[in-house]
Amino acid sequence: MKRIDMPSFGADMAKGTVAQWKVTPGEEVKKGDIIASIETMKGLIDMEVFDDGIIENLLVAEGEEVKVGSPIAELRLKEDIPLKAEPLVTEQQPGSVMPTEPQAKQIEKQQPIVIPLEKSAIAPATSIKISPAAKFKAQQLGINWQGLAPGRGPEGAILLADIESLERTERVTETDKLVQPQIAQDDSGAAKLLMRKAIADVVSRSKKDIPHYYLELDVSVEKTKQWLVEFNADLPPEQRILINAVIYCAIARALMHFPEFNGFYQQDTFTPAQQVHLGNAISLRQGGLVVAAIHNAQRINLKKMMILLKDQVIRVREGGLRMSEMQDSTITVSNLGDRGCDRIQSIIFPPQVAIIGIGRQRSVPWVMDEKIVIANIVSISLAADHRVSDGHMGARLLDSIDNLLQQPERLL
Amino acid sequence: MTDLGSLKSAVGELILNIAPDVDLKQLDPEADMRDELDLDSMDFLRLLEAISHKFGVNIPETDYQKVASLQAIADYISNAQIK
Repeated sequence: MKRIDMPSFGADMAKGTVAQWKVTPGEEVKKGDIIASIETMKGLIDMEVFDDGIIENLLVAEGEEVKVGSPIAELRLKEDIPLKAEPLVTEQQPGSVMPTEPQAKQIEKQQPIVIPLEKSAIAPATSIKISPAAKFKAQQLGINWQGLAPGRGPEGAILLADIESLERTERVTETDKLVQPQIAQDDSGAAKLLMRKAIADVVSRSKKDIPHYYLELDVSVEKTKQWLVEFNADLPPEQRILINAVIYCAIARALMHFPEFNGFYQQDTFTPAQQVHLGNAISLRQGGLVVAAIHNAQRINLKKMMILLKDQVIRVREGGLRMSEMQDSTITVSNLGDRGCDRIQSIIFPPQVAIIGIGRQRSVPWVMDEKIVIANIVSISLAADHRVSDGHMGARLLDSIDNLLQQPERLL
Repeated sequence: MTDLGSLKSAVGELILNIAPDVDLKQLDPEADMRDELDLDSMDFLRLLEAISHKFGVNIPETDYQKVASLQAIADYISNAQIK
């Protein structure tokens, strides 16, 4: 019997609620099936099951709030799993959604877990020790203890005193002073605050731990633009393709040849990913950010990419994002293409090792064939982890994306 | 043939489906809608899809500059329906 726990989608999520069960006891499920809709502050997230089996029991009722890590269902697996695997789960990663995987069937899933990037994207390290008192306090404060440096306890264990000193440091920061009055009485205010804190957590840690280097390239998108104009001319709106889709396809394909930008850096080791799961950074209209993965993006053609991007935005806004989308990104693309900035210098979301930024499409004087013409260009920027890659490779990656964008029809 | 006022309301409804947080009452119908309401190109395309389904009016890419404001959209739809 396999225990299914309430998953965590980030540091600030200490509890979760099953908004709706999508399965009933006795129902057969396959890996990837959606078994429940979990309510989070980003909306409803669809929770997938990671094994084939039969739902044995549903342990919590719809609408019942439970702690992250507590059991919510039991699954009878197709093959048996020795029960002694389970206690390991509770000790190491009660807050993580996939702790059972490493010991269980999912060795074939190559990438380590990527917890939603707008919260603290923590390495699923199994060696972080923390005292129960410290963990409780951390959860109360919305601090992601798994992302913290080793504490003062034995073997670097994080103790209550470590969390308390963090709390004191937080209290005296300017941001905190600004933030305090904003703690609204209503839920949405508090939720926003938590989200902001979670984002702050990730980006602070990223800047502290990852030696970033930055590259930019201005890319002419004249050919892409002209091609799109022709392509879209006689099509109804639902079939038109946006330049975003073209750029994403180009990026995904280029990345397959530059593995040092696509994968995870954890415990002093870089593991390149086998596929490009492009993390699409989507702004929430009420503030905040969701990074949703487009799986196997290198294999997706333009039309399909457009459909997926549109569908993803709708699900981000209206609910229905899947857990696998929130966890699997191997690299992030931050597209501020419509907003008023020429280029973006982004912050890498650990444990990823790179992030690509796309600025707005703009008209500039440009030299083509020894003449000055007016061209539409886009600035594409790359922030990368210097522990894993060097500028030379980064420049080649950008150049490769540029080349792909000069032949957009090949991405169809 | 719908009057412009109710056309604007109807388009307003469609906008709310895409961006539920906007306050249409605050929107100047002559202002650039995308700027005022923070709609990106994806939002805008979805709006055009909704307009196409609801009013049977297809706004091609070449006419995008003609539909920058709520008023302009209403005018466009109204003219298209007359034809």
